[in-house]
Amino acid sequence: MSILEQSETTTPDDVETERPAEGPVADEPATVLPRVSLPETAAHEESVRVGYSRDDVLNLLGALGAGLGVGALMSVGLGIIPVGWMPIVSYGAFVAIYTVLVYLGNPGPAVRDRFWTVVLWSAGTAVVAALALVIGFTFIRGGNVFAQIFSADSEQTLWERLHFFTQDMGGVGPLAGLDQGGVLHAIVGTLIQISIAVLITVPLGLLTAVFLGEVGGRFARVVRTVVEAMTALPSVVAGLFIYAAIIIAITRDPNGFAASLAITVLMLPIMIRASDVVLRLVPGNLREGALALGGGQWRVVWHVVLPTVRSGLVTAIILATAHGIGETAPVLLTSGVTSNLNFNPFDGPMTSLPLSALEFVRSPQQTMIARGFATAATLLVLVLILFLLARAIGGQEVGKTSERQLERFARRSRVTNHRIQTLPERLARAVARAEARATSRQRRLTPDPALEPASAQEEIR
Amino acid sequence: MTTLDAPTFTPSYPADQAGLATPQRLRQKLERSDRAFRGIARTGGTIVLAIMIMVGFFLAANGIQAIASVGPVEFLTTAEWSPETGHFGIAALAVGTVLIALVALVVSFPLSVGIALFITEIAPPRLSRALTSVLDLMAAVPSVVFGLWGLAWLQVVIVPFAKWISDWFGWIPIFTVNGVDPNNPLPNDALYTSSTFIAGLVVAMMAIPIMASIMRESFSRAPVGEREGALALGATRWGMIRRVVLPFGQGGVIGATMLGLGRALGETIAIYLIISPVFTINFHILQNGSNSIAAHIALRYGEANEFGLSALMAAGLVLFVGTMLLNSVASTIIALSRSGAESEA
Repeated sequence: MSILEQSETTTPDDVETERPAEGPVADEPATVLPRVSLPETAAHEESVRVGYSRDDVLNLLGALGAGLGVGALMSVGLGIIPVGWMPIVSYGAFVAIYTVLVYLGNPGPAVRDRFWTVVLWSAGTAVVAALALVIGFTFIRGGNVFAQIFSADSEQTLWERLHFFTQDMGGVGPLAGLDQGGVLHAIVGTLIQISIAVLITVPLGLLTAVFLGEVGGRFARVVRTVVEAMTALPSVVAGLFIYAAIIIAITRDPNGFAASLAITVLMLPIMIRASDVVLRLVPGNLREGALALGGGQWRVVWHVVLPTVRSGLVTAIILATAHGIGETAPVLLTSGVTSNLNFNPFDGPMTSLPLSALEFVRSPQQTMIARGFATAATLLVLVLILFLLARAIGGQEVGKTSERQLERFARRSRVTNHRIQTLPERLARAVARAEARATSRQRRLTPDPALEPASAQEEIR
Repeated sequence: MTTLDAPTFTPSYPADQAGLATPQRLRQKLERSDRAFRGIARTGGTIVLAIMIMVGFFLAANGIQAIASVGPVEFLTTAEWSPETGHFGIAALAVGTVLIALVALVVSFPLSVGIALFITEIAPPRLSRALTSVLDLMAAVPSVVFGLWGLAWLQVVIVPFAKWISDWFGWIPIFTVNGVDPNNPLPNDALYTSSTFIAGLVVAMMAIPIMASIMRESFSRAPVGEREGALALGATRWGMIRRVVLPFGQGGVIGATMLGLGRALGETIAIYLIISPVFTINFHILQNGSNSIAAHIALRYGEANEFGLSALMAAGLVLFVGTMLLNSVASTIIALSRSGAESEA
């Protein structure tokens, strides 16, 4: 037993008893523990504590208050710096004061640790705050348009007040008030374009992901490298490509289908990479088990691998859709701008939500700019819904079966069990029928014995 | 001949022993459905590959006319853009693109490293899961929303800051703003708007999620054994981060930064909304006027005639080749760093 341990866990009296007794065994060679005259120390309460001490909390709170105070004093009180600078100055003062406070009671490494902890917390907070600012600002600036849906003193009926979602901008002049016009054409355009893009992306993306993950080989490695490069494809380049390949070469006019193709080019790599990642999560023993049971590769993929990661694949699809729905530059180049409703993706310009937001804010009119923000807010709501959906579905663990799946499996195995149980009598019935048929055939011509077992097997199935 | 009841039994071998000793190659016989499956899957891969090749091919095929008419050297070194007079090049555009991307990197790099470390090392588990979602959400926010925010909010807020930088650090060439009269009682704020700096800040917001999520991944891969070793030797949490997590994540950080740079180079709509285009090489990042290849294409494609479009395609080709090169180098670095880290665990 080491002395260090003793000093913390036992009292000096215990140590005394551990020492070998002298006298009777003095002449025999014995192992003698080193005698240490232990100084009388007060027993420690605890040697290791996890968490924050009172000092830490007080330092932090004090520094926060002092930082805010310094900022307020310098901006509001003394007027040395503009009020807009107060947050930055306060933050700087907070970090400086906190570091000094920690330095007063702690050694160097601990000071550095606390300092960087505060800095990293700030980085996290800054990013979240920036995102909240972007989203919040869009909603607030778009609020003017949405506010009059709920305004009580409007003469319009509730349905008419929803005009922002039920009308297009056709026939609405640049000076028209916010009680007219809407983005129905853009909503329809977005839905049509994203549907076509999803219809192309999902099968192609899944197929490619399965190819990368399940088939493999040298060619698959080449494709994977290309897909990774494709994720960085600038969106405007995708637009230019479709412009050159479809609009210049074939249609001569912008249309919604070309825009869907451009969105597809940008969604494909996202879809492929996301599915590739979830396919890698499938445990190898599931695959091996299925192969050992005699399944071919196709059956293993279709019946084992894909169902296992179904939720992950759905998440991949939704995330790719959320990215595709907000693409602006390729749509700008390929779909054309219109303020009228257009249901035909193959003919005539078809605006989408991000594109119409862009067009609105480029106008000098304040009402148009307000519409632009409202359009962006609508788009943002769509993206948020898709994103939350993806989170909700993607939360499932890989290879874990839900209640409903278990029920379905149970039902299927009951059916199988019934088939197995009734196999003998069905077999007997089938054989009897085959024999009857054979005898009837025998009367007409000579029997063909090769046919009989096959037909009997057919019957059993 | 030996019989069974003989005292010794000597086994007899076939004459040719060499043939039996070599291991037999396993032969896999694919079912017809498997062959079809593999064929179809391969077709999917081939289509994706073909799309990518076609992107390069169509840009090159359409852009070659413009490049050939002025020659590649002049195309790369001319700052002006007037295809109508046959005098155009991407020098100003390329410099503007790189400057905006660099500003974006300077801002987004520390923030990304910070939030990635915060998520992996400091935040409690629930908070770190939530922050990971926030990063994913940030990546999904459409660029037009960031652009609107930059135009209507950031530009207004940041002008005094830009002015302060140029007043105090104007002696550094890139922070100079030409045409500022310090004695003017009504300073001209318009000089500071629509600048490289503001565009770069907005692009930084879009580069953060991709950089941070890759860095987070590489930091979280730092081996547990080394982490615990460092802590057991008495390192503080920051000491552990400094000596274990950062060295292990180095490759990921470099790769993520390059991917972020690639994203920043290709960003279109936010820059399109914010900058006021100029066709001179403008190194003064705080000054009004900038340009980028992507935004230029979006601005000019509508009014371009056939030759002008060819010139835009050529510019797009340069952007395409540049981002692809950058991205493949970045992927290689990330892949290399990943394989190194995996050898431990």
